[in-house]
Amino acid sequence: MLDRATGALRRLGRQCIGAIWRLGYASRFFAAVLMRSGTSFRRFRLVIKEIYFAGVLSLIIIIVSGLFVGMVLGLQGYETLQRYGSAEAVGTLVALSLTRELGPVVAALLFASRAGSAMTAEIGLMKATEQISAMEMMAVDPIARVVGPRFWGGLISMPLLAAMFSAVGVFGGYLIAVVLIGVDAGAFWSQMQASVDLRNDIVNGVIKSVVFGVTVTAIALFEGYDAPPTAEGVSRATTRTVVTSSLAILGLDFVLTAFMFRGA
Amino acid sequence: MENLVEIKDVSFAYEVRPVLKGINLTVPRGKVVSIMGLSGCGKTTLLRLIGGSLKPTRGEVRVAGQATHELDREGLYALRRKMGMLFQFGALFTDMSAFDNVAFQMREHTDLPESMIRDLVLMKLDAVGLRGAQHMMPSELSGGMARRVALARAVALDPMLIMYDEPFAGLDPISLSVIGDLIRHLNDALGATSIVVTHDVQESLKIVDYVYFMSEGVVVTHGTPDDIRKSDAPFVHQFVWGEMDGPVPFHYPGTGLARALGVPHA
Amino acid sequence: MDRSILDLWVGVFVAAGIAALLILALKVGNASETFNVGDTYRVTADFDNIGGLKPRAPVKSAGVVVGRVDQIQFDNERFRARVTMNIDKRYQFPQDSSVSILTSGLLGEQYVGVEAGGDSQNVKDGGAFKLTQSAVVLEKLIGQFLYSKAAEGGDAKK
Repeated sequence: MLDRATGALRRLGRQCIGAIWRLGYASRFFAAVLMRSGTSFRRFRLVIKEIYFAGVLSLIIIIVSGLFVGMVLGLQGYETLQRYGSAEAVGTLVALSLTRELGPVVAALLFASRAGSAMTAEIGLMKATEQISAMEMMAVDPIARVVGPRFWGGLISMPLLAAMFSAVGVFGGYLIAVVLIGVDAGAFWSQMQASVDLRNDIVNGVIKSVVFGVTVTAIALFEGYDAPPTAEGVSRATTRTVVTSSLAILGLDFVLTAFMFRGA
Repeated sequence: MENLVEIKDVSFAYEVRPVLKGINLTVPRGKVVSIMGLSGCGKTTLLRLIGGSLKPTRGEVRVAGQATHELDREGLYALRRKMGMLFQFGALFTDMSAFDNVAFQMREHTDLPESMIRDLVLMKLDAVGLRGAQHMMPSELSGGMARRVALARAVALDPMLIMYDEPFAGLDPISLSVIGDLIRHLNDALGATSIVVTHDVQESLKIVDYVYFMSEGVVVTHGTPDDIRKSDAPFVHQFVWGEMDGPVPFHYPGTGLARALGVPHA
Repeated sequence: MDRSILDLWVGVFVAAGIAALLILALKVGNASETFNVGDTYRVTADFDNIGGLKPRAPVKSAGVVVGRVDQIQFDNERFRARVTMNIDKRYQFPQDSSVSILTSGLLGEQYVGVEAGGDSQNVKDGGAFKLTQSAVVLEKLIGQFLYSKAAEGGDAKK
């Protein structure tokens, strides 16, 4: 009886220590990626290639999702606002929701699922087929050559994708509210412009998307690099990337929002 | 220097599991040496120790006079530029063509102009007979062809030491003898030294100068191919002639069959 | 992947992203109204009650935004609220202008309204508006209403 209790406690302790050890390992990995980024900048070609794979290939899902989210916001917003006679504030609602929260967060979640999991799988498979070892044996640092460019490619792509998500979303809201439902176009834009502050809302949104970009890319690359070199290992690492990134995004969103929009 | 690689009393353990227990072996310059043994006896670990990916827990590994565990990252990378390795199943970079794979090291480590790189790559590919396949992607290559491209890549910078990890694994008879042939010829043509880790006895005995036999982390026997063929040490005999039972038992240890089936007093 | 096509797509992507950021900044936000510190001068005003006024609330005159509220502090000696505002240098107000705290719409957010006076001298950087009108506090209004109603009723009885 006592044995089982201590056994369970010991397992808990082991898991905690394991988690902390892993976090430390991940931090050292991240530090190594940053320090060896010289290659990524000297051979910017590699970064451009990764911007294509992470950013350009995510364009479709970002734009389509942005459009739909904007349209839903417009629809739902109108439904509720017109009950209080404030239907013309729908522009404000759509714009603020997107630039402050939905743009950075949803774009980051989609990015994690599409580009993040792709990065994890790619690096995991490279490790499983010994391509990483081969590179090391050829005296080429895989962290500088393979991981670095992907990190900077993802970091550059993320804020751009979030901005496009928000812009397309606002357009989607405009489509529904003004074109379809008939809210006054002038009121829509002017109320929006009066309420959306450049420094507070838009810049904060961009800061959020940069933070999310770093987080998602770092998690995706680490999980791929750390994956056990088997098919099962890689598939589990890919799942872990999406889950961990999503939780991290939502958690960081709360922390950042609390900092930025305190008392506003 | 007579021996390119010297392994003196090297022991290695993964965490707590000991893999190598006091290995001594030397690889003379210009020779092709084979390291044979069962799966899991520590052959690949030995290659990793020579390449510097692992550090021995005891003893020392010397390549061209330098002890690998004393080298820092810079030194290790400098040493590796003079080594070439052929991984099991090739390990070609899947996002690049055969040409780009072979050109990889030249582009990363040298400042040669593209025209010169092109000539060098084509020569290397020609040496392995795959110049016509230069634009194919690894996914389009057969196993044997991929192995040959990887071989061309391994010798791209004319290394002084070439290591082969199971180069014969999973190949058809034609490809088998092609690879064996290439290993020998490239070694002699480049004036290099080669280490071949394998458990394909017949192919390797045809091409190597010296053989080391490993079992359970130690060297049990070594000698020239002739010595090995004539050896009557039980393990070597069983290995070379592929006998079913001997020092390596057929049955995994456990209770006897009669007992397991419940036959009383058997 | 042909290099030139890849470069083209990446270029398009980055250009689109920057365009989206610019659209957000200019058309969606109020970038044109963001004041630089160098373009404004500081003026203070003391109020009995600032109501729901918050920092960064607009300062308007004749309905046009001329500045922003910078700080709101409590003056412990005079027991009044001291509001510090940054007003655009382009707009000068006479020293006897009155400032009041108004509400945009019925239940909207509060802002500072400036009504120009007639003095020949303008308020300078670091100066203060002397004439102030505090915010209308809803509870006091209701209390006044009820009180006056009760007084009426009492009068009628007499």
